[in-house]
Amino acid sequence: MKQLNLISGILLAILLAGLAAGQTQQSDIKIMLTGGAKQTIALPDFRGAGAAAPFADVFNQTVFDDIQLSGVFTMAPKSFFPLNPPQQESDLRTAPEPPSRRGAPVPTDCAGRCLSDWAAAPVSATYLGFGYLADQNGQFVALGHLYNTAVADLNGARLFRKIYNGELTADGARQVAHQYAADILAKFGMPTLAGSKIYFVSDRQAKGTKELWVMDFDGSNQKRLTSFNSISTMPAISPDGTRLAFTTFAKGQPRLMMYSTVTGRFIPFLNPQASVNGTPSFTPDGKSVLFASSADGRYTNIYMSDLDGGGLRRLTNVRAVEVEPKVNPKNGQDVLFVSGRGGPQQIYMMNLDGSEPVRLTTGEGEASNPAWNPNGQHMAFAWTRGYAPGNWNLFIMDVSSRETVQLTFGEGRNENPSWAPDGRHLAFSSNRSGKSQIFTMLADGTGVRQLTTQGSNYMPVWVK
Amino acid sequence: MKQNRIALVLLAAAFLIAPVGCKKKQPVAPPPPPPPAPAPAPAPAPKAATIDSFTAEPSTIVRGDTSTLRWSVSNATSVSIDNGIGTVPANGSRSVSPSDNATYRMTATGAGGDAVAAVTVYVTAPPPPPPPPPAPKASFEQRLAEVADIYFDYDKSEIREDARVTLQRDADTLKAILADFPSVVITIEGNCDERGSAEYNLGLGDRRATAAKEFLTQVGLPADRLKTISYGKEKPVCTDSNESCWQKNRHDHFAGAQ
Repeated sequence: MKQLNLISGILLAILLAGLAAGQTQQSDIKIMLTGGAKQTIALPDFRGAGAAAPFADVFNQTVFDDIQLSGVFTMAPKSFFPLNPPQQESDLRTAPEPPSRRGAPVPTDCAGRCLSDWAAAPVSATYLGFGYLADQNGQFVALGHLYNTAVADLNGARLFRKIYNGELTADGARQVAHQYAADILAKFGMPTLAGSKIYFVSDRQAKGTKELWVMDFDGSNQKRLTSFNSISTMPAISPDGTRLAFTTFAKGQPRLMMYSTVTGRFIPFLNPQASVNGTPSFTPDGKSVLFASSADGRYTNIYMSDLDGGGLRRLTNVRAVEVEPKVNPKNGQDVLFVSGRGGPQQIYMMNLDGSEPVRLTTGEGEASNPAWNPNGQHMAFAWTRGYAPGNWNLFIMDVSSRETVQLTFGEGRNENPSWAPDGRHLAFSSNRSGKSQIFTMLADGTGVRQLTTQGSNYMPVWVK
Repeated sequence: MKQNRIALVLLAAAFLIAPVGCKKKQPVAPPPPPPPAPAPAPAPAPKAATIDSFTAEPSTIVRGDTSTLRWSVSNATSVSIDNGIGTVPANGSRSVSPSDNATYRMTATGAGGDAVAAVTVYVTAPPPPPPPPPAPKASFEQRLAEVADIYFDYDKSEIREDARVTLQRDADTLKAILADFPSVVITIEGNCDERGSAEYNLGLGDRRATAAKEFLTQVGLPADRLKTISYGKEKPVCTDSNESCWQKNRHDHFAGAQ
């Protein structure tokens, strides 16, 4: 009996060690993308003086949300905060005040006026953001700071101190808050998501139709862009954000159309003569479009053209269905695409001239929707590996090592991942709450937020 | 001397008259004997009856129709036609409607002799009833509805055996439709079930439509009358997540408009 226990104990240990090793491999990708163990930031509320006081709440909430959404920090809970946060630099001390009465006990902390108050437990924050709000000359003014609590010297501890101005309205307060939060994130090399937009497809306008829509990164200001009363889908945005390409049935057979996000007008694009032209994307230099076309009259393969459809060249030539070409944003050379050349749909990579195609996914299940991270090293994609056909989950692959990490585990069908401009967040569609909706999450699978609720919504494209 | 003249005339006159009544007359010659009465013409010989004409117009009729007998007879004291007609005037006509070939004999009786003549009215069977008017031709939509969908296996665009049988039948129906509606173009719509990605299904649906078009052109349908379109998985006919519904969605459908 004892021997059996010993053996099974050893086996179990080996198993666990193996699992741990695999786990480490997988989480390397997550660490690379989302920064691994996070540092803690404390953001005590800014108090408002005079006419700025009514807008203090909206200011503080916006700052908190933007910082939390970025996923860069762990947010220190406000309930742990000392009672007396500093409002300006002159409030800061390096040591507790000596007691005013002789003989009274020396206070052990500065009640919030020392950086050490914030560095120590229970707050345990490495970074402290503080300041105050006021009105001046009819404007909303914020004085914001960011300090590193681990640095003893107050000058060395200061990361920045800045004055912000805005309209004396809730919107003005929000704008100012976005700017302050963006400056905090910029110190960590992180572009803020505030101001970024997500293009997507929705059927909410009329039954049996799909139109193109756009919204802010947090789901607000959802606006419809097209009115074809047909099926328009599969959007793609040019790197400079000025062109929206998509596939539409508005003129009969599915074909590409180009729309200017600047003028709101359609830009002429000459489709090749083919029964299907679809799944467009842009090269990183913004000068060419790649797409799938059945121009040879037999199979949908990968083609490339100028922005007006001229200069058509064929990139793949196989007797198989091939779609979704995506060019590496860093080197402008590697092209990811989906192909059935080996059987069920899988993800392949080739050069921009069509040479050296190689399969990236293992061949298990079905793979689709490849999306390059802005770093040009990772791709997010949808895969049914481990599940029945049609049950898609999101994965990230390190393209050079082919290692993958799974982000969703069967919470409905999760498809069409799109990277945020910061390369740390993903937008995607999922029917986990019933109909297909747009969600965002951190690239480690945490922080899932639902952005849409009306009708069914698909195929998000996140842009600056 | 006018008076003299008149007296003379009166005197002459008196001389003329006087002798008549006054003298003994010489006997007047008796009138000459009347010329001898011409010998009486012999009574003329009685004329024979003559049937100048006896016709049936038309001479051939379809059973149930009528023909008209016309005649003209001279020198007859009585004229009669047999076959149910009887005595008739010397000139006249009569409509007859025999059910079979019928010969009408006319007898004209005359003091100088009789005459007979005959005409035959030929009767043919009525033609068979005409064919019924053609049934109104089915509309284009009704004809198109007879072209059955074909179905595919998951992730495949090959025409499987049951689809081949259906397509053979569809080919015949389509050939007739294309001939009867010379300006119509048939659209083959390719579709997929919900499970593959929408992007890949756009290509797979296209391949399914093209496969059907390739089959149809190989059996002789003109390629320029066939168009293809892929709807990917955008137009499902049902939305249940089970194989029965999925199979219904993996199909080609045949559409068109006049």
